[in-house]
Amino acid sequence: MTDVIKTPVGGQGGSILSSGLDGVLEPSPGSLLRKRIFGHAGLMIGGGVLLIIFLMAILAPVISPGDPYDQDLSRKLIPPVWHESEKATWEHPLGTDLLGRDYMSRLFYGARISLLIGFAAMLISGVIGTTLGVLAGYFGGKVDMVVNFIITTRLSMPVVLVALAIVSLVGSSLTVVIWVLGLLIWDRFAVVMRSATQQVRGLDFVAAAQSLGCSTRRIILSEIMPNIANQLIVIATIEMAHAILLEAALSFLGLGVQPPDPGWGLMIAEAKGMIFFDAWLITIPGVALFALVLSINLVGDGMRDVTAPENRN
Amino acid sequence: MIQFALKRLGIAILVALTVSMLSFSMIYLSGDPAVALAGEGASQEDIENVRRVYGFERPIIVQYGDWLVRALQGDLGHSNYLKSDVASVVFERLPTTMLLGASALAFALILAIPLGVVAAIRANSMIDRVALTIAVIGQAMPSFWFALTLILWFGINWRMLPITGTASWLNFIMPSIALGYYVTPAVMRLTRAGMLEVLSSDYIRTARAKGLRPMTVLFKHALRNAIIPVVSLSAVQFGFMLGGSIVIETIFAINGLGFLAWESIQRADLPMMQAIVLVFSVFYILLTFLADLLNGFLDPRIRVA
Amino acid sequence: MSNKILEVQDLTIDIPTPSGTLHAVQSVSIHVDRGETLCIVGESGCGKSLTSLAIMDLLPRKAVRKATRLELAGESVFDIGERRMSDIRGDRMSMIFQEPMTSLNPAYTIGDQLTEALRRHKKVSRREARDRAVFLLEKVGITAAASRLGQYPHQLSGGLRQRVMIAMALMCGPDLIIADEPTTALDVTIQAQILHLLAELQREFNMGLILITHDLGVVARIADRVAVMYAGQIVETGTAKQIFKNPAHPYTRGLLACIPIPGQTARGAHLGAIPGIVPSLVGRMPGCHFASRCSEVRDNCTTAPIPQFEGAEPGRSVRCLLADEATGREPAREGAA
Repeated sequence: MTDVIKTPVGGQGGSILSSGLDGVLEPSPGSLLRKRIFGHAGLMIGGGVLLIIFLMAILAPVISPGDPYDQDLSRKLIPPVWHESEKATWEHPLGTDLLGRDYMSRLFYGARISLLIGFAAMLISGVIGTTLGVLAGYFGGKVDMVVNFIITTRLSMPVVLVALAIVSLVGSSLTVVIWVLGLLIWDRFAVVMRSATQQVRGLDFVAAAQSLGCSTRRIILSEIMPNIANQLIVIATIEMAHAILLEAALSFLGLGVQPPDPGWGLMIAEAKGMIFFDAWLITIPGVALFALVLSINLVGDGMRDVTAPENRN
Repeated sequence: MIQFALKRLGIAILVALTVSMLSFSMIYLSGDPAVALAGEGASQEDIENVRRVYGFERPIIVQYGDWLVRALQGDLGHSNYLKSDVASVVFERLPTTMLLGASALAFALILAIPLGVVAAIRANSMIDRVALTIAVIGQAMPSFWFALTLILWFGINWRMLPITGTASWLNFIMPSIALGYYVTPAVMRLTRAGMLEVLSSDYIRTARAKGLRPMTVLFKHALRNAIIPVVSLSAVQFGFMLGGSIVIETIFAINGLGFLAWESIQRADLPMMQAIVLVFSVFYILLTFLADLLNGFLDPRIRVA
Repeated sequence: MSNKILEVQDLTIDIPTPSGTLHAVQSVSIHVDRGETLCIVGESGCGKSLTSLAIMDLLPRKAVRKATRLELAGESVFDIGERRMSDIRGDRMSMIFQEPMTSLNPAYTIGDQLTEALRRHKKVSRREARDRAVFLLEKVGITAAASRLGQYPHQLSGGLRQRVMIAMALMCGPDLIIADEPTTALDVTIQAQILHLLAELQREFNMGLILITHDLGVVARIADRVAVMYAGQIVETGTAKQIFKNPAHPYTRGLLACIPIPGQTARGAHLGAIPGIVPSLVGRMPGCHFASRCSEVRDNCTTAPIPQFEGAEPGRSVRCLLADEATGREPAREGAA
């Protein structure tokens, strides 16, 4: 039996939705994207908070009310200004810690550590995971099997425990923490990039490039990569947030950022004993950490919605 | 099904062997394991002694083979610090951690699956939005800070729950919530996404066209299919939670494997660290293997190959 | 008591979209008699599938359905609530879908999915339901029917699955079956078998059958009456014979020109094609929907809505001004399909 209906455009039900709308009134893709970005509440809020924290980190030396390392036991445990205490003073808006260091300054400098570790660890894990994932997705077969095996093996090792063990054995420093986290959290990059590559790989333009005799390297770099970049960016935000949380946990357990550096996780750990009397010492860095991770996640979710609204659910 | 199970088992064993190799080689990370084991201030003679007793002078592959054979027989080595057999200490602590992990997972699933289902049925409604907001917030809270916040309110300010120890089931409430909440968003999102996909599928339309009752359509036809990926995720997340137990057990002073791990790391108790990494990993592998089998049971396309 | 199983009058379906309301189905009226096959023909997106879903009340939630009449055997089934509607679905009217590969639940056996509707609607034992399932599986030409009950959908081919779907639709002995492109997803050789089967069963059980298709070959084979749909409207109705012999609407003529006829169409001759594209149904369109592609378009075609004109023979109607001039008749009341 022959299909007798000739539908020149598309064919499927979509044609009635799209045809006739083409042309004059259609806004340009760029302005549509801008509209979507500014119309997305999560993205705007997340982006705003992230920008504030970023500025806090960069401008820490300028805007800090004091020196984050300057100890003075005579002014220890000053509560923040909103506390009804005669000790509270605008000289230390967020008060001081156990050793009399200005808490707001420590908070600002702490943002540098969180952002640095989060970004650097994300970069390392992104390179590892994307390479593995794209290779597995593109070549399939044996390569895929091997990569899958590596991913499974990696997933079966508990991150926090292994990270703690390695850091304790090698000795803790900022560089060590970055590398250990980077080498441990590439799994999500690999898993997502693998399936994204598999999908793109099956599309016609890749087959076209192959039939034109393009080199594998070229196909991966100029045909595959641009088409999985959206997802890559979303995973990058998730993993940056993940790295920040892990670093905070390591520091909290005493094996991440080392005193006297002002890591937020470490600040919470140092204040742990004061939970009965001065809970704000825990609340302030905790809220900061929460806000940072939340804003990164919101930006990631928002970018996914904006670049690929059809994948929303 | 048997073929499927055997293939999965083969992979699981291979992964377990690789992990054992990795956790074995961990002792070389600090440089010379003999130096590390002998402890600070040990004389050259002590170090040589340790080296001979542990057989560190042999080729690594022989050492690993030896260690593996003994591990398979249940001998995980000897803890210098505790002056005791590693395996017996580990297995004494294991049940507490399992209990914590299981109750945390139960908390997460009981909260996440109904929320996910409701969010999918009423997609883009108020409930959906609230559920998504909870998910986004949950994913951003550092577990240790959340745990401390729970302690602050429920333990200290309101005095509703005990703060530390394992004396009664009440002691497990806060740790379970602190450990389990982090899993909730992932499970909820997956349930929601799965339900949304399944609810728009052709076979749900068929089920409705048959005149089945809405509840039958929802639970028999939709949830059954949507839940399949959640099973795998739960297994994976349970494994992650065991890893996370190190933080939570430390905060709540729960005498489980996680706490032991932290103590061992503080004491540089290498055989103990090795053993705990191995036990956690093997348990995770076992769990994902069981989840695969359960998936095979739930999804006939896998089972009846 | 008339012989009408289904009567639909002025069915309208609106779908809100970001760029405006999509008037997907506009004032469609059809009826089906007992033992009759009505074919609804049209290309993708013309609203024929939505029409069938609307009759079953299975439209997507955001679609808005309106009708002045929707009756099953003389009894209104319009907006009677999900509970009462679910009593009717699968029992008195059932539906066969386009995609046999995805229309069965992968998690349950064929037997389970066959018997559940019967167990839901009729008071029968597990045993009786099973016997009925085996009987119908044999009826739709499935060998070793009893052993198929324990199989899962993925173990069956597309053709077999569609036979299972047909058996499933027959389980409760419905008055009306709606088949939405039941053969589109199948191999050509299987298509003929399935169609043959449908026609045979329809005669045997004396049911009403609505067959939705874009394939005029299918129509020629099994239709008693035909309704041609274009861009949300029915443009022409009539018996199969009338439509094929004497198509009145330019769109129908265009469709027919696209099929080669063995013995008549010269070897190497150009088959017809309709130029242009289907218009968007977002927003209101004055005049004839086909005007932009019609070779015989006049000035007054695009100014006012075109009514459905009744043709010379009963049951025949055309939504075209040219046809009106040709027959010299008054416009029929809306809906005489």
